[in-house]
Amino acid sequence: MNESLSVKQHYVDSAAFDPGATEPMGSESESFYRASSWRLMWWKFRRHKVAVAAAFILLVFYAMVPFVEVIAPYNQTKRHGDFLYAPPQSVHLMHEGRFIGPFVYPYQFTFDIESFRRVYTIDTSTPQPIRFLCRADGYDFWGLVPANVHLFCPPENGTMFLLGTDRLGRDLLSRIIYGARISLTIGIVGIAVSFTLGLLFGGLAGYLGGWVDHVIQRMIEILRSLPELPLWLALSAALPANWSPILVFFGITIILGLLDWPGLARAVRSKLLSLREEDFVKAAELMGASKQRVISRHLIPNFMSHLIASATLSIPSMILGETALSFLGLGLRPPITSWGVLLNEAQNLAAVQLHPWLLFPIIPVVIVVLAFNFMGDGLRDAADPYH
Amino acid sequence: MITFLLRRFVTMCVTLLIISALVFAIIKLPPGDFLTNQIAELRAQGESASVAKAEFLIKQYGLDRPVWEQYLVWLGVMPGQNGFSGLLQGDWGWSFEYDRPVVEVVGDALWLTLLVNFAVVIFIHLVSIPIAIYSATRQYSIGDYIATFIGYIGLATPSFLLALILLYYVNRWFGVSIGGLYDAQYAGEPWTWPKIQSLMSHLIVPTIVIGLGGTAAMIRRMRANLLDELGKQYYVTAKAKGLTPRKALLKYPFRMSLNPFISDIGNLLPHLVSGSVLVSLVLSLPTVGPILLSALKSQDQFLAGFILMFVAVLTVIGMLVSDLLLAWLDPRIRMGGGR
Repeated sequence: MNESLSVKQHYVDSAAFDPGATEPMGSESESFYRASSWRLMWWKFRRHKVAVAAAFILLVFYAMVPFVEVIAPYNQTKRHGDFLYAPPQSVHLMHEGRFIGPFVYPYQFTFDIESFRRVYTIDTSTPQPIRFLCRADGYDFWGLVPANVHLFCPPENGTMFLLGTDRLGRDLLSRIIYGARISLTIGIVGIAVSFTLGLLFGGLAGYLGGWVDHVIQRMIEILRSLPELPLWLALSAALPANWSPILVFFGITIILGLLDWPGLARAVRSKLLSLREEDFVKAAELMGASKQRVISRHLIPNFMSHLIASATLSIPSMILGETALSFLGLGLRPPITSWGVLLNEAQNLAAVQLHPWLLFPIIPVVIVVLAFNFMGDGLRDAADPYH
Repeated sequence: MITFLLRRFVTMCVTLLIISALVFAIIKLPPGDFLTNQIAELRAQGESASVAKAEFLIKQYGLDRPVWEQYLVWLGVMPGQNGFSGLLQGDWGWSFEYDRPVVEVVGDALWLTLLVNFAVVIFIHLVSIPIAIYSATRQYSIGDYIATFIGYIGLATPSFLLALILLYYVNRWFGVSIGGLYDAQYAGEPWTWPKIQSLMSHLIVPTIVIGLGGTAAMIRRMRANLLDELGKQYYVTAKAKGLTPRKALLKYPFRMSLNPFISDIGNLLPHLVSGSVLVSLVLSLPTVGPILLSALKSQDQFLAGFILMFVAVLTVIGMLVSDLLLAWLDPRIRMGGGR
């Protein structure tokens, strides 16, 4: 400072200042420096191949949710009295060495008096082609519009149980597709509950500090030291038995969210505390930004990405929680169909031994949970694009 | 160290007190209770003699008093019908469903629950430490990828579903049932050597099933920790000075990476207990899990309340132990105010 003051003659260029003049940026690095942080995160996320694949799978799953009625070949409640516990039928393409498109072979069943079971045999003489974009079981689309169009349907006068049927002769594949609607939304709704609570309590603790912080911290510690499942069990056992299935659905979601928020709240609190000390916050304050502006423009965007990443990582535990509760018969109840409700039928060894296809709902559960984990990992890495 | 111990102990007691209030509130949440439901049922059947007995029990356990009084009686800080007799006095209450004291109903289940959870913790540590060391020292090798992949599967597959699948396949391939904790012939028998052997062999599958998720998480964490340490200069220096790779690894980075390992027991335990409750139900293990479920369904409040408390005490004590171990290992934590 002093040195520059002592210089009397000081050359000032009259041309406009161009910061890129000495070291011109290529268009690529320029776009990098000018990109918003969300764009940077997207670039970083994109490099995580597995996470992108997982995100794509989840996108497909969630895109199915509004259209389950059309995608499922049967109505979820349609019973086939002649086909109780029918094993899965497989899709074939070639019949006697000739390609005739996707088709199934019909079943024949006899009743085995000795074991009191139906024995299904496959009749390979008459292939029954599967129909596409066709009319079959009627349904009320979104509970409003009656329709009967399906993406693919069973052959005329035939059956198509690609994953077998349950004890009432209902098509398992259709029920799994319908179950996706509940199982997938419960994770999102549950995380919304816990996200709100976590943001609220964590924000209060980090922002107000003092005794509020202390009380909330103790609350978090106590909730985290309790095993979740017994508490879930106790709370869902407390849901009145006369509630309608929809109320039970919301009750269960709220229960799942109620016990999940401490982790998020803790993350919000620590992020708030550490960000408050950052230079850019101080700079904003010195430049005269109001408290509201500091919070909304500088703090929230900075930890929101972290929060979204950690919320993504806790969606699987919600889905698994619902599955576990419904599996035990304390969660959702029929007529609501979720993957856990479907697995409830596979609870005992006898059922699993005789009808192993009842275990199929495990597969979508594992796929979705894995996908959320991979995507969450990718998001977490991308959440901090400047490192 | 003494003040640290004392402070942690007092915190634990306060935590347990709050938990007990929470538990009592939760089991009282559903409208009605076992006895009022029973009385309504008995009235409908016109059995007045049993109604009188149930009403006597209601008086006996003070179920007609306000909820907060019931809580204090249950806890044992307020005199009930028989004077002070609650959890604090070691009286765990009466199970209405079984018509026996809770202590008789849970009985062996408590010890078996402890045993299963202890076995799982041991399993997790024994398995995850070597695998983590292997995959951290041979990063991006085939073995590392396999371990990572199995880890992800372990994280994503819920333990009870794994139990179901194993139940099915073990039965199908080996023709043996893996349900229960000992062979049926030993049920109700005194503890003899063959029974213990049977217990041990039945313990294997539940231990693996419950522990897999925790093992996967541990491997992931320890691998990351160890990788961090392996990149540091002191390790490079140690190797440059000619320490054998094994010694250089085990003497410094390994010990450093163990630290969070122990602190994680506290986080691990609640999950293990949750897992063991579910897996016990699927594999029909005689632990407290199945008893808890039926008690919750029939609103057998003292039984459910006791088991919830037991599970909470188990985790809180586990967290205390991990805190103490950590404080003993790492003096910085003692000085830092015991957080």
